[in-house]
Parts: sequence; structure tokens; C-alpha cells
Amino acid sequence: MPDNRQSDSPVLSDIKGAVHKELRHDSAHKHVSGEAVYIDDMPEAKDLLHIYVAMSEKAHARVTAMDLAPVRRSKDVALVISAEDIPGHNDVSPFAGDDPLFADGLVEYIGQPIFAVAAKSIEAARAAAKKAVVDYEELPALITLEDALAADSAIEPMQTMAQGDAEVALESAAHRLQGSFKIGGQDHFYLEGQIALATPEEDGDVHVFSSTQHPSEVQHLVAHVLGVPTNAVTVEVRRMGGGFGGKETHPAMFAAMAALVAVKTGRPAKLRLDRDDDMVMTGKRHDFRYSYDIGFDADGRITGAAIELASRCGRSTDLSPAINDRAMFHTDNCYFLGDVEITSHRLKTHTVSNTAFRGFGGPQGMLGIEHVIEQIAHHLGKDPLEVRRANLYGADGRNTTPFGMTVEDNIAPELIEALATDADYAARRALIRAHNANSPYLKKGIALTPVKFGISFTTTHLNQAGALVHVYADGSVHLNHGGTEMGQGLFVKVAQVVAEEFQIDVDRIKITATTTAKVPNTSATAASSGSDLNGMAALDAARRIKERLVAFAAEKYDCPKDRVTFRNNHVYVENREIPFAELTKQAYLGRVSLSSTGFYKTPKIHYDRSKHKGRPFLYFCYGAAVSEVTIDTLTGEYKVDRVDILHDTGRSLNPAIDKGQIEGGFIQGMGWLTTEELVFDNQGRLRTHAPSTYKIPACSDRPAEMNIALYAKGRNAEATIHRSKAVGEPPFMLANSVFLALADAVSAAADYKTRVMMNAPATPEEVLKSIVRARRDAAAS
Amino acid sequence: MTGTVRFLLDGEYHELRDVDPSLSVLNFLRYQLARTGTKEGCAEGDCGACTVVLGELVGDRLRYRAVNACILFVPTLDGKELITVESLKAKDGSLHPVQQALVDSHGSQCGFCTPGFVMSLYALYEEGETPDRARLNDALAGNLCRCTGYGPIVEAGLRMTEARVPVDADALQERVDALKSLKRHETLKLSHKDRLTGNEKVYFAPVNLEGLADISLAYPDATYLAGGTDVGLWVTKQHRELAQIIYVGDVEDMKHIDITDRSVEIGAGVSYTDAVEVLARHYPDMGELIRRIGSVQIRNSGTIGGNIANGSPIGDSMPALIAAGATVTLRMGALERTMPLEDYFIDYGKQDRQPGEFVARVSVPLPNENLHYRAYKISKRFDQDISAVCACFAFEVNKGKIEEARIAYGGMAATPKRAAAAERALVGEAFDADRIEQAVAALAEDFSPISDMRASADYRMAVAQNLLRKAFIEMSGEADIRLVGEREAAHA
Repeated sequence: MPDNRQSDSPVLSDIKGAVHKELRHDSAHKHVSGEAVYIDDMPEAKDLLHIYVAMSEKAHARVTAMDLAPVRRSKDVALVISAEDIPGHNDVSPFAGDDPLFADGLVEYIGQPIFAVAAKSIEAARAAAKKAVVDYEELPALITLEDALAADSAIEPMQTMAQGDAEVALESAAHRLQGSFKIGGQDHFYLEGQIALATPEEDGDVHVFSSTQHPSEVQHLVAHVLGVPTNAVTVEVRRMGGGFGGKETHPAMFAAMAALVAVKTGRPAKLRLDRDDDMVMTGKRHDFRYSYDIGFDADGRITGAAIELASRCGRSTDLSPAINDRAMFHTDNCYFLGDVEITSHRLKTHTVSNTAFRGFGGPQGMLGIEHVIEQIAHHLGKDPLEVRRANLYGADGRNTTPFGMTVEDNIAPELIEALATDADYAARRALIRAHNANSPYLKKGIALTPVKFGISFTTTHLNQAGALVHVYADGSVHLNHGGTEMGQGLFVKVAQVVAEEFQIDVDRIKITATTTAKVPNTSATAASSGSDLNGMAALDAARRIKERLVAFAAEKYDCPKDRVTFRNNHVYVENREIPFAELTKQAYLGRVSLSSTGFYKTPKIHYDRSKHKGRPFLYFCYGAAVSEVTIDTLTGEYKVDRVDILHDTGRSLNPAIDKGQIEGGFIQGMGWLTTEELVFDNQGRLRTHAPSTYKIPACSDRPAEMNIALYAKGRNAEATIHRSKAVGEPPFMLANSVFLALADAVSAAADYKTRVMMNAPATPEEVLKSIVRARRDAAAS
Repeated sequence: MTGTVRFLLDGEYHELRDVDPSLSVLNFLRYQLARTGTKEGCAEGDCGACTVVLGELVGDRLRYRAVNACILFVPTLDGKELITVESLKAKDGSLHPVQQALVDSHGSQCGFCTPGFVMSLYALYEEGETPDRARLNDALAGNLCRCTGYGPIVEAGLRMTEARVPVDADALQERVDALKSLKRHETLKLSHKDRLTGNEKVYFAPVNLEGLADISLAYPDATYLAGGTDVGLWVTKQHRELAQIIYVGDVEDMKHIDITDRSVEIGAGVSYTDAVEVLARHYPDMGELIRRIGSVQIRNSGTIGGNIANGSPIGDSMPALIAAGATVTLRMGALERTMPLEDYFIDYGKQDRQPGEFVARVSVPLPNENLHYRAYKISKRFDQDISAVCACFAFEVNKGKIEEARIAYGGMAATPKRAAAAERALVGEAFDADRIEQAVAALAEDFSPISDMRASADYRMAVAQNLLRKAFIEMSGEADIRLVGEREAAHA
């Protein structure tokens, strides 16, 4: 099929919900009225069973005895299941085979499921579970990243990505700095916790509602656990109450338990975690240690770099290899690092298995180089923005990433200059310095940081998507695809694509729940890929139907196919104007199939993981932010005073939705780097397992002034869906500017005589500690 | 004892028999009435996804306040009007202006927190407010959103009153009359047999002090329930079974605030929301501190009496009250006794209260003209967080000399505690930086804080010391060093 309509110049028309138009979220009116149905809102069947999951109390231990008889005897209990009750495989891992559904003799983190109770009520199930007698024989536990490094405990061998000879470059560098800092993890804190509702069907089949970003994987893993073919399991999700990566691999665990109970009892079964259990039992963003050895010239231009990453993966593999790969992919951010060697340790600990989270390792990799650039600037007495400019990717010879991909669409230099001008960066930086000279206790800081984020799953085969479109005889359309809706507005964007293609109002397109029964073998809605992949798949399906309509109309009205056009809810056949619904009716009567699947696979990408070379990404997303903060040097408290963001979403499919992703992503990133602190005690027990102790940003943490603009010239150089760019993850990393503005203010507290590598998150405690360190260093120098 | 719980919902009269006294309003709505718009996000009154609005008669006026349904026990609905997200649409199905504003501002993404935001905004709307950004920050501090970054929600709050629907006076009067008819003059008594455990649970809601005193003597081991912002969590988080509950929220004569020429007398049933206005007038910093306790929902439910009675080692309002020289009055039967507030706290989890005895009121002396008063709260997040350290200072300074010093800290010991050594270092001395440094050093004698998930011991001590310095800097007028709050108001 010719692809010349795949352009950024859609048909001029005034249909409702065309692409590039601001359109509200398709469920907005249901969100505000409480009518949007989440899984726990569905009517409960009379014989519904509620499942409580019992968890390991030890970080690392052999389970020497587990007496569940008292649990089984407890009031209202219908079923108790543990590892021995699994008919298929005791594994719910995405690929590595190392995530048992229930611990089988060995527990490896506090919170690991050891058995589950199904009862008439959740209260009964919980009360029964407490009656279990479990004996443990404790084994030495590795809790921290440092513990694991010292013990050489890893989920896979250390990985290396290199270009040129870093060692030689570093030795010959005019200037050289070394150091390290820590980067904390992050809980997803989706407002809707993990939940699954399973209903038994004929022949041992099961239907599962799962709050998941990855219905196909849940389907495969439920079948794997039950020991049945995939076609015996259907997984469905209409919407999630937030996902952020936390509902990519973990929902399979809870879906499998619910399905197991449903199949074994013949009764519907619901498993809904409460907040504390959810936070204890499910994985988080990886915490990292970032170490650097960096060489640079008098302009601050980096000539060589050795970067060492180490991350806490937790007890199993999960998605950690790809997450840590992405951390390596983004150690360069927008900068040409010259001769570089990046090493990456993927550490196994006896803590919950860390998992996908918006940015997927990218934020940790990217924050490091930004911190280091500020350190270089301080060392040379330069404005960090100057050093950034000196290091941006450029022309031939300076446009190859450490993984060997050529940066073809490098708009970072232009975008950064536009933002620096719009936000009045230089003048404000000077004002802040003047202010600080006269403000002994409150100090201000400012930073401008860019973002370059690669788009595509780095596991190449995942870059595929399917869709299913039906056009009914009355001209109404049923739209389905493999993508899931977690609030990001994917469904409305894909509906806009289909509306545009058929040239009908978006209201005529029915958005439907994602189900494995309609579109099979899908990838997770992850990696920011939702609209890129599913938009294209839906477009393909719509085009196939449209082609049939064109052929039918051309034949019926005896004209060339190129005289049949779609516009404004009508089809124009030479001079005839036929309402869309009229043509679909005629086509039905003419025995034309009005249903089609659609399919898309991302072109151009390839990657050789054994060498860490290739083109893992179709394209890059760009953005930049300036943040200004004030810190209280007596307490370490701070406020974010102003943020300016310029972000590139290509030719945005829906600017309103994209701005929402930018603002929300930024604030979530700010939370990661400021107030969100995960605390494990030395037994491995998570001490921050509810919002009373784990602090995501609240309303007043939003910067007092926040200016967000889409990059007006944005246009994807690649032939993506209507030349748009992905938006889910990249804005998260704009919040690096907040962290570095705080570090700048800390430096101001020591009269800019020194700059320390503050750790993330910059809690008030960390800020005060850094001030003390900076002043001590300044006094010593 | 076969009392019934009577309340209004959607203007309709509801009467519940044999209700579990510790059933949460959230679970009642979701699983008994199938009104699933109200969500559970945390079950501890922190995320606000469960926010509902209560209408309550204050005199002849119907007052609307947002509360957390997850930690609100159903019997406490008695005599009130309950409003949920399902109540808001007009009869013709059109959205309420608050809902429409959220749609128009792109204020929802995943939508799960949205009903809670709707209800927090609705409470403002119904109270006739036209909030600005600062007010919205405060009003929405108890509603967490993980998707939007809050900007669009604040925008909705700013525009929601553009299309105010005129009040239907007849319908309002009907509800007022209905609530008046529900007013009780005698103790509400409920009993319920727990289906799972078979245990008997009882609940009493006396309407006056005498009734409360009598019930307390009859059930000396009962759990007192006021706002439920702590007791609620015993049920939702610790899964404890509360066999006997005495609810003090309907005790009319504990809901008064009396201002004499020497003190403010606050009944133990007065909510933070009602107390803050009066206290802020006399102690601006105490007002700011209380504004940062919990959230609007928590302060609407929670009481200062409950905050005292439960003996939390942090109890954010305690250091502020102790520094102000507050006393607490307890009552058992007809007997009352009064003590300095700090003496009530004996040790971690141990207070000077006998079985059958209850906190009746707290008395806060009015400041004299020589009093310098400052209150600070250090937490990871400014709003809706429990303090790592709370520090409050009251210095009476006359002609450059410190005549009296009251320094109280929370989060530094097993109870809210005065800094005796630091006070000694100051009393009778000159009010200058050198003396303050001596008091700063003395704090190390007063406290040996612990490390936990909120802060390390080192940070607690360092910040405790710096806050004393900060108080001096502010009191001496050297510099403006507030990041949050009303700086201009923070001068004693």
C-alpha cells in the first residue's frame, strides 16, 4: 500500500476529534462522575471468593515447615493454595523462569507470597492466614546494593558498552574528575492497587479481569501456571487506575492466583491488594550507584569517560537486564562522550524484585551525566549551560552514541537555545547569584537540563502491535487494539487516528476494553510506545476497510478509485456526496467485509546485545527544562519556585493529552528526586509502605510558576503516526533540572567554593547533609 | 440496645439497624450500597480517593465539609447528611459545575483519584468559596494524584465557580428540617454481633458531658472515638477488633471554644478546623503549624482533644500547645483534674489517664505582649506529612532579658517533651546569639533522638538545634527565612 497519506498534513476538515486537535480524555466525564468502572467497582457475584496473600516474614530463609491446616479449618475459608497446588508451572516471570508464584521451600524477600487463602470475605481470609504456622531457617541476607556488590551477587554478568579507548583518553585528558553518588528507587504509587478478578468458564477455561499494562503476558502466564494452552485463558482490561510500569510484569502474579482459585473452586475469585501489601509485595524503580571518571578539556568538552553503574535488581531477573541496558543507553543523554566505557552491574539482593517504572532505567543513567556536567562546570568556573553546549551531539565525528547509533535528528541544540531564551536563563542565573550574596540563610539555585530519550523497545521483537476495527452497517465503528489505557490517553489518540482516516467524528468510534480475545500476542503498553505502535496498527486496519469501501464505491458508481475521497463524515464519489453511514450500508448490502485486523512493526531497528551495538531506537524524543529553587540552609527544606519546559512531541496527536503527560511526568520525576524516599531496614523490611511514610508530591509541591510549551517546530523525522512523537516517559527526566538546581543552591550555601555530589532523593535531610559537606570541603580547600 | 443510625443520603432518609460499629463509610458505600464512585487508595486517610462530604447542622446552618470515608465509622454518620460523587449530577444528567470544570481543564487522567478531588472541590463550592491558588493548594493537600501533576486540577478549582448554580432554597430548607428532626437528645447505643468472630461489639454516642462521664464509668476500657483519624487506622491497618467504642463527637458541650481574658478554652471534641482560626489569631505560627497537620479532610475530622488523648510521640499540635503553656483537663465521673499538658505524657504509649477518665478540654493561655512565639515543622513534604521534628519556642523577653522560656519538641523523644536544659540555659539571661548558642548546645543533653524512616538521629538533632537558631534569627528581626506559610503573619 502506498504510504503517501502517512503525512503530517491531514485532510482539511472539521470532523470532531481529528488528529493534532486538543480533545479531552474519552473517559473524563465518567472519571468525574464516578461512573468509570475499575475492576473493584464491578458488581460482586454472590459466590465471589476474596483472596488474601500470605507473605514471607524473612528476607532470606528456608521454609522448614508450613502448617496450613489451621488456615483451612478457619471460618468461611474455601481454599488455601501454595506451591504444591499449582497444576502447571510455579513461575510468573516475564522470561527468565525465576519468579515462583509461591515460594517453594526458599524465601528471598520480605513480602514474597508463600500461600494464599480464598474465603467468603477478605476479613475472613486475612484472619485465617494469620493462623498458619511457618518455620524458617534464616540464611544470610543481602539487603543493600553494597551488600550485593561485596558478595558478587548478580542476576546476570556485568555488561560493558564501549566506544574507542576510554583508558587512553582519560590518561591524556587535560582535566580529570572522579566521584560517585547514589540514586534512590521509587514506588509507582498508582492510586488503584494491584487487582485481578477471575471467573471460571466451561472446560476449565478462565476469564480474568486484570489491572495490567500487559494482558498478553498475563494470559500466557496464567495458562503456564494452570498448565493449559493459552487459548483457555482470556484477559481483559478496560482501564487501570495508573500503571507507570508497575503493572507490566507484576499483575501476572495476582491474576494467576485468582485464576487458580477460580478454576479449583468453580467460583469467581477476586484478589485486591491493600496499599501496604501492594507496596511490600511489588517491585519498584531500581536504586543505583553511579561512579564516574571523566576527562575533559579547558572548555569542559568531554574527551573520555569511564562510567560504572550498579543497580539493585532484587530477588529475581524480571525486566532488569533491559532496564539496566536502558540505563547504559542514556548515560550520554544529549552529549558526545568521546572515548567511553560504560560498565553495568545488575545486582541480586534479598529484597523485592525491582521492575519497570516510567523511564525504565533511563532516568538513572541520564541523571548521572547531568550531575557530572555541573561538576565539570564548577571545576572550570563556567556556567553549566556553556559546558552542556560544548558537549552536545553535532556533525559527523560527534554524532555516534556509545552503542554505535548515529544521532540523525538532533534538535537538542536548537531546543535548548529556544528554552534558554524563553526562560531568560542567563539573566535569572545572574540575579540568583546576586540574591544569594545578600541572603545568608535562604539560597536559590537554577539549572537547565535537556533530555534525549530513545523510542522503541530495546528488545527488538516487542516492537509490534495489532488492532481490530469493525465498521457496522450503520457507519458506527468498533475500535480495539493491543494497547491498554492507564490514564495516558492512548485510547482517545488511537480513536483520533481512526476518525481521521475515515473522516468521521470521533464520537462514532466506540472505544473498547483491551482483551486477548480480540488482538493476540501483543506487547506491553510500555516504553512510551502505545500510540506509535497501536496508532499505526489501527491505521492499517482502518485503511484496509477503507480500501474495500473505495473499491466498492468505484465499482458501484463506475469511476476510478482515485475519485473516491473521504471528508467531513461523507464519501465523495466524483460529484456525488454520500454520507459515510450510507456508503457502509450499501457496502454491507453489497457483501463487502467491513472488519479488519491491522498490524505494525517498527522499521529500521536492530540490536546486537552481545556487543551492545546497533540501532535500538527508531528515533529520539527531546525536551529541556529550567528549574529555580530556594533552599533553607538551616533545615534543608526547599521550594521549587519556577519551572519552564519546552518539549518536543513531534506533530502532537493531541496537544492537550501530551501536555498532561509532560506536566504529570515532570512532577512524578520531581517526586523521585526530592520527597520520595524508600527506606528498608537492615532486616530487609520496607519501612515506607503507605502514603503516611512514602511521600509522593502533593498539590502544593507543584512549582509556584510552571510554564509548559510544546516545541512548535516539532515533527518526527521518521514516518511515525502522523509524524508525532512518543510522550509517556521522556518528560519524567525533565525533573533532573530540579535536582541540579537544588545542588546549585547547596553550592551557593558554600559560597560556590565547592560543589558536592548530592545523593538522590534530595530530601531535606540530604540537602542539609550536603550543605554541611560542602561547607566542610570549602573550609578545607 | 437496638439503636439505629439515621442519616441523609441524596436527600433521602436512611436508617441502619444492626450495623457493625467499626464498618467504614467507604466499605459501606462500595460493598453494601454498590456506590463505587468513592475509591480506596490507601485506607489510612492520606490519599483522599475516598473523600466524601458531610453536611452537618451548625445552629440553623447546614455546613459542608470534606472527610475521608475510609476511616470514618458508619455510626458517626448519625444525624448528618452524606454526599458522595454520585450525588452531584443534576436531575437531567448534566455534570455539576465542579465536575464540568475538571473535564474542561483536562483534570483527570487515570481517573481513580478524581472522585476524591471532585468532592474536595465540591465542599469548597458548597461553602460558597471562590478559592485562589493558595487556598486550593491547601484544600487539595489531602488528595493525591499520581498522573496530572495537579496543575489542571487547580485550574478546574479556579474556574468551577464561574458557572455557579443558584441554591435551591426549598430543597435546602427541606434538608435542614430533616436533619433537625434527626437530632438526638439521648445517648445513641448500638450493639452488633460480629459475623466472623461471634464477638459482641457495642457503640455509644452520648450527647452531653454527663452522659459521656456515665458511659465512661460503665465501660472504663472502651476505646474513645473522636475524629477517628487515628482509631480508624487501628481497624483498617492493624485489623483490630474494637469491642467497645465511645464516640465523643456528638457531645455538644465538648464542642465549644470559649475565649476568656486570659485563655482560650477548647473542648475536646473541637475539630482542628474549628480550633485553628482562634488559635491562629493569638499564635500565628500555631495556626500555620495546625494548617500543616494532615489535610483538610483530617482536620475536619480530627480533634485537638483526640490528638492529646492518643499520646502520639509526634502529635504535631502538642509541642505548639506545650510551648504556649497549655493545660489539659481530664474528667472522671463528676471529678475534674487539670495539669500542664506536658505532664500528661508519661512515656511512649503511656499517658496520665485512668480507665473511665477522658480528656474534657484544653486551655491555652493568651500570649502577653512580651512573648515571642515560633513553631516549626520539619517533614519530607510540606503538606500532609508527619513531622520528623516539630519545634516550638515561647520566650518572654523584657528589656533584652529572657524572663521565661518554654521550648517543646516533637519527634525527639518518646513523647512530646520540653527541653529543660536548653530552657535553663536561657532563663534570666540576655536574649542574644551567644546565649542561644549555649541553649543550642544544651539540646544535646535534653534529647537522644532515634533514626527511623522519617529521619536519622543526626539530622533530627542538627535540625532541632538549627531551629532554635532560626527562631532567634526570626524573633530578633534579622532576616525573613520562611519558605512556606504566611510570613507576614508569623510575628508575635
